[in-house]
Amino acid sequence: MMERKKEILTSLENLGLKIYEQIDTGYFPSIQMPSRSTENIYYDPQIRQYILGDRRVRRNTRNVRHIRPFTQLVWTALFSHELSSQRKTSTLRDVYYSAQAYEMTFKDQQESNNIITDLETVLGSSREDFNIFPEERSAVFGDLTIEYTVPGYEGKTLNLTSHPDGVMIGPALTSAEFASTTADKVIAIEKGGLFTRFVEENVHKKFNAILVLTAGQAPRATRHFIRRLNRELDVPVFIFTDGDPWGMHIAMVIISGSANAAHLRELTTPDARWSGVWATDIVDYKLPTDPLDEIDMKRLYELQRDPRYKSELLQREIKTFLKIRKKAEKEAFSRYGLTYIVDEYLPTKLEETK
Amino acid sequence: MAKTTFEEISAADFFYRNRDIAGFTNPSRGIFAAVRELVENSLDAAESLKIPPDIYVRLSYEGETGKEAKVYRLRVEDNGIGVPPRHIPSAFGQVLFGSKYKLKQQRGTFGLGGKMAILYGQITTHQPAHITSSTGMSKIYAYKLRIDIQRNKPLILDRKVLINKERWRGTTVEFSLEGDYIRAMPKILEYLKQTAMVNPYANLTFVDPKGRLYKFTRVTEEMPDPPKETLPHPYGVDVELLQRLIQVTPFRNMPEFLKNHFHRIGEKTAEKFLEFANISPSKNPRRLSHEEVVRLMRTLKRFREFLPPNASCLSPLGEKLLKAGISKELKPEFVVVHQRRPSTYAGHPFIIEVAIAYGGEIPRKGSFLVYRFANRIPLLYDEASDVSTTVINSMNWRRYKVTPDMPIAIAMHICSTKIPYKTVGKEFIADRPEVRREIANGLREVARRLQRFLTRREHVSRDRKRLDIFSKYLPKIAKFSTQLAGKEEDPDITKLLRSVKRFGT
Repeated sequence: MMERKKEILTSLENLGLKIYEQIDTGYFPSIQMPSRSTENIYYDPQIRQYILGDRRVRRNTRNVRHIRPFTQLVWTALFSHELSSQRKTSTLRDVYYSAQAYEMTFKDQQESNNIITDLETVLGSSREDFNIFPEERSAVFGDLTIEYTVPGYEGKTLNLTSHPDGVMIGPALTSAEFASTTADKVIAIEKGGLFTRFVEENVHKKFNAILVLTAGQAPRATRHFIRRLNRELDVPVFIFTDGDPWGMHIAMVIISGSANAAHLRELTTPDARWSGVWATDIVDYKLPTDPLDEIDMKRLYELQRDPRYKSELLQREIKTFLKIRKKAEKEAFSRYGLTYIVDEYLPTKLEETK
Repeated sequence: MAKTTFEEISAADFFYRNRDIAGFTNPSRGIFAAVRELVENSLDAAESLKIPPDIYVRLSYEGETGKEAKVYRLRVEDNGIGVPPRHIPSAFGQVLFGSKYKLKQQRGTFGLGGKMAILYGQITTHQPAHITSSTGMSKIYAYKLRIDIQRNKPLILDRKVLINKERWRGTTVEFSLEGDYIRAMPKILEYLKQTAMVNPYANLTFVDPKGRLYKFTRVTEEMPDPPKETLPHPYGVDVELLQRLIQVTPFRNMPEFLKNHFHRIGEKTAEKFLEFANISPSKNPRRLSHEEVVRLMRTLKRFREFLPPNASCLSPLGEKLLKAGISKELKPEFVVVHQRRPSTYAGHPFIIEVAIAYGGEIPRKGSFLVYRFANRIPLLYDEASDVSTTVINSMNWRRYKVTPDMPIAIAMHICSTKIPYKTVGKEFIADRPEVRREIANGLREVARRLQRFLTRREHVSRDRKRLDIFSKYLPKIAKFSTQLAGKEEDPDITKLLRSVKRFGT
């Protein structure tokens, strides 16, 4: 962990040095980075995620349209360097406001986010590595003991069953080391209600599982965290979402990443499995449903052509959705009683997708 | 059996009965027309000596006559050529008497306007007019007179001769008239402003009935060359003119007749033309039959080898003076003037001068301001019917990157020995193809130059903006990268900034 931080600091300093030397020798400073335009995003079946192609773009300060974003980029690098070297963290929102203290205004949050993405692309590492985090809303619960590395907490440990609402997946948790666990699987859940139900129903004990709440589309820190659980603890990951194209895609982003993060690595968990709710589950369990609307249908046709959805299982589920034209939420299982999902559905699906 | 009586009416009587023709339609138009006619006479009087005009106009309130009309006293004073004493009564008391019957460019055409004003004053107030004039010699002559309308003759009521100690030269006209100044005021002020625009070498002073002083000061002493008198051009003649010339000519053969009475006909041209017209050179012009005269007139118009009229009879303002006038009255940021080469319509020479002014104190009002001038007098009425409006509206302005919401004024000056007015009211120019083409070409030229100016200005402001951006961000990049690299001193960016300046101004 510390190694990695040092690497980041060094590459930030090198970036500064490179620009400094260009100016010092009388050149307009410029930076090259891989292009993130859609034409340069490819799906790599080998590593099962999106990657950037060979095309590169040059940000050159000789160009009057480039000089402002370039300045913002250098400032963001400086700001990140300060954060990392003082071992502090900051949110995306913070960055936006801090800039104003340096007379470096960003037009809006979106502009500052874009610049941060630029810096990720230049350095080839994600913003969490240089201590900038999004607002957090995802959580983890289960028998895993972690050891903090953040200032003031170094060496302290925490068992993730200590709070029934789960522990927030924030900077302190993502930078912690995994000390010990008894769990043999990870169950990722899309919605807070079900996460609470699982905790109440002792799913973590009954199934020996670490429960992760993604709270909708999983943030990058959470995706990275799931990957670490999978790699470092060597446990399988099962993902439970609503039975509709959107839920299916939440699972897919955890498994294979998104096009937006094509410039980054180590956010995916290629071996994770989408365990439900499948379209065939809707049929098999006779779940109460809502009809698929036009946007849902359009999304399904898109996904049908998506390279990440090549597998037989996913193509079958998409076809079934298109056939039955229905969707179901996880809560639909409540028609068979509140504990049915834990007692019947969950073990069946865990077995089925093992 | 009813008997029809025929009576001859005098010229004065004719205009008395038809004063609408001369623009004295109602109390508001009447007072405006009176000011305008006298000011134009005064300008002509000074220009004929090529001295910069100094004109003083005063309107004072005298009393009420009815519900709408009031009586005002108008006084116009100039430093012009002055009127020789024996001509004063006729010049101011006899309609259609005057010096303006020759072929050269003039403001008025018939020598009618000034007398119409006095006539209008007389019929609305029954007061005599006071004329004082001197040619700058030892005496000043002061007349009090009336027009005998039925006989078209001046009635001298009083005559004084004063010693001219100061060697004053000029003319003063003062009389009472009915009018509606409140309604005429905007037009009178606009008229004076536009007159000042197109006569930048004139001083105009106006004191209105409320005692308010309006001063339009000259910006130059330079004046355009006065027009020369000229012979009629063959394309412009009619049968009547030919008959008259035949009656008075002392020449007894055709080549001499043509050479001496027409513009642009010399030995060679006369010879060629007579061959073309199949007329024997030895023919005595007095022996031409009526049919032959008609045929001569038609053949003159058909012959293609006459050179266009020489423009020496015209006195355009010139690009420099028009520019000075527009700059002084409109205070624009940019003005460009273009004078077209002389051209002709129906044998009458004319010159078009076009100007475009942009920005400065010119207001944005969603359409162009249009100023129209003919022989250096402003045309204030019927703008929509004028040919220049037609041309302006049919121009593809977008081609010149010009839009109606820009602060733009267009000035159009036509000078000619015969202005192609559409109506007797002399307020707008008729749509003659030759005139329209010249205006269009002139407008295109100034529009192109305006476009060049706008483009250059855009470049300059873009370059300045560019430099601003570089000066704002380069020091920051230098500072941030220095801190990031852990260096002590910022790198030198002056060289980079200098190279940015190289592209700009």
